[in-house]
Amino acid sequence: MDDNEIHRHTIAVLVDNEFGVLARVVGLFSGRGYNIESLTVAKVDDAENWSRITIVTTGNDMVIPQIKAQLERLVPVHKIADLTVEGPSVEREMALVKVECKGEKRVEALRMADIFRARAIDTTETSFVFEVTGVRDKVKAFVNLMEPLGRIEVCRTGIVAVKRGSDTI
Amino acid sequence: MANQEMTGAEIVIKSLIDQGVEVIFGYPGGAVLPLYDELFKQNSIRHILVRQEGGAVHAAEGYARSTGKPGVVLVTSGPGATNAVTGLADALLDSIPIICLTGQVATHLIGNDAFQEADTVGITRPVTKHNYLVKSANDLARTMHEAFYVATTGRPGPVVIDLPKDVQFEAGTYIPPSLVQHKSYKPQIKGNLKAIKEAVKLIAGAKKPIFYSGGGVINSGPKAAKILTQLVRMTGYPITSTLMGLGAFPASDKQSLGMLGMHGTYEANNAMHDCDVMICVGARFDDRITGRLDAFSPNSKKIHIDIDPSSINKNIRVDLPIVGDVAHVLEDMVKVWKSEVCVPDAAALESWWSEIAAWRSRDCLKFKQEGSVIKPQYALSRLQELTKDHDRYITTEVGQHQMWAAQYLTFDEPNRWMTSGGLGTMGYGLPAAVGAQIAHPDALVIDVAGEASIMMNIQEMSTILQYRLPVKIFILNNQYMGMVRQWQELMHGSRYSESYMESLPDFVKLAEAFGAKGLRCDHVDNVDDCIKEMIETPGAVLVDMLVDQTENVFPMVPSGAAHNQMLLADDKEGEGPEVSSKGRALV
Repeated sequence: MDDNEIHRHTIAVLVDNEFGVLARVVGLFSGRGYNIESLTVAKVDDAENWSRITIVTTGNDMVIPQIKAQLERLVPVHKIADLTVEGPSVEREMALVKVECKGEKRVEALRMADIFRARAIDTTETSFVFEVTGVRDKVKAFVNLMEPLGRIEVCRTGIVAVKRGSDTI
Repeated sequence: MANQEMTGAEIVIKSLIDQGVEVIFGYPGGAVLPLYDELFKQNSIRHILVRQEGGAVHAAEGYARSTGKPGVVLVTSGPGATNAVTGLADALLDSIPIICLTGQVATHLIGNDAFQEADTVGITRPVTKHNYLVKSANDLARTMHEAFYVATTGRPGPVVIDLPKDVQFEAGTYIPPSLVQHKSYKPQIKGNLKAIKEAVKLIAGAKKPIFYSGGGVINSGPKAAKILTQLVRMTGYPITSTLMGLGAFPASDKQSLGMLGMHGTYEANNAMHDCDVMICVGARFDDRITGRLDAFSPNSKKIHIDIDPSSINKNIRVDLPIVGDVAHVLEDMVKVWKSEVCVPDAAALESWWSEIAAWRSRDCLKFKQEGSVIKPQYALSRLQELTKDHDRYITTEVGQHQMWAAQYLTFDEPNRWMTSGGLGTMGYGLPAAVGAQIAHPDALVIDVAGEASIMMNIQEMSTILQYRLPVKIFILNNQYMGMVRQWQELMHGSRYSESYMESLPDFVKLAEAFGAKGLRCDHVDNVDDCIKEMIETPGAVLVDMLVDQTENVFPMVPSGAAHNQMLLADDKEGEGPEVSSKGRALV
């Protein structure tokens, strides 16, 4: 096993939905020099007032357990799961992709969207906004295909993920 | 009466009283006036007025470290809070339980760039274990009690509570401490018994074992130190301690190899390097201890007991981690050791001790006191000799004097030694001595200082005089920032860039100006008399001990070198290991 090989991990964190909690998590990553590839956060439990943060990060086999342990030290953190390590999980990301195009290219854009099961959620005579959902690579591939068709604007949510099966974190 | 309606300020003071707080260190200002008003109206809590907020936190650290109780600080908003930041960072790195109450501008002014406003929770977030901004008086009691719980349990640390001025006036309900429970913060106290059994097996089977203990033993409490001592004596194994752990095991015991690390003893570092089983107890493998990571104790199985899971495998990969409180884990270890009737390998142990004896015979702390110029090591050896029978507490500043104090003073009990280990804060020692002396009014409290460090919080002399504290300040004056000068000599071609202390004050007159006694000593023959006079003089005394300007701290593991590549004082020039360019880049 090469200790220094860098791997991508998706980490789910349940936190108290309180003032400053995101700053604590983000500050921990910047202060200790950890990488954040994407981060999503929203309240998921009204009764407990919990938010769920999904972080995609990279690091070697020393760093990833360190990230988990450091997150565990934060007082408002309830649960942490390294979804990459703890068995299979499903991941999704959504993107809104605006494409400015006319004529033939509009037909092409719609055909691509159909293949990627992207939905047009807004359109004018000169533009579309597509909603595309999937794993990162699919979203990336769709964006890459739209790019040659015209000026585009991309907005991505970052990854959300849960374990497969009945197991929760 | 479980629930009572009172003002925010009353709730804060009531919480402190119910938490058993007897003394707080602070400095008033606009945003904490309601709190100071409440302090004025009561007699349970004593307030110690420092001269700068940084001093308040270090004083609280000295108080906490010498008593095992949390230290409490009260400062105002803006500059009051920002001045406290260094102390908070210091307490975080050395795991000292501190509750720091900071005033804040009224809630409707927050974010408005109001007078004396600073984003205190933002600024202190990375230098505290946790922090709170309280926006309603009804949250106050819960937050106060929770803060004490967080600061003092698990791996202790500083907690800030930011208190807007309007919340201090607002009415709210008080709840007593026992009604507060924490939802997510639950530190692990007991160690995993299976791992403990495995560890005992490994320890019993060791041929070249060593205990390596740290500040976690002190933090765990006097009981932990007692059980550690019991376990070490039961096994007959050698033990070395970090700077922060001195006193957990009696330094005068023959099983003690002294301190390890960058300026540790030759025997301790070589034993660490050559051991086959290392038992790390409440220490964290920091860079001052390990030296070059890839050459750190290459052939040992490592057991690591730590209450903080993030300390495990952070710098050094260990074979057997045990997460839990040191006292609890060691207690279980002793039980298992006894129930399994473990017997160490006597023959192996004897040959291990004879290897250690050979390293010891290098006598790595020996020095030559020749002529009239006082060697700093000599001054501290005499200080040790003349104060060892006193009820003594030592604090230090940071630098050469700190390392010499660690090497030449002997600590046989925990909580007697207060130094800034992790952050290395010059200016720590004088206010820390204030805190220690407040906690132990009749004890002999000595701040071993350098002439550069002492200037960083010299204003606390005034605090010392206000409360008639008999603090002794023992300055080893070499007219240099000694440790900076030493590194410049060893690693930067003796180019002493800005490390000479120009225009030093006349310390004797300075002491007198504050109302203390000042003594100067510049001849080796007068050292004993000077120290005796210092001890015998009631009240605060400052000793200006003029010492050899060129003396360096040895032994030394140069940065980037391994434990078995130490520089010793009697090495001929050029004989020690070269400092690599990579090593030079390390701090």
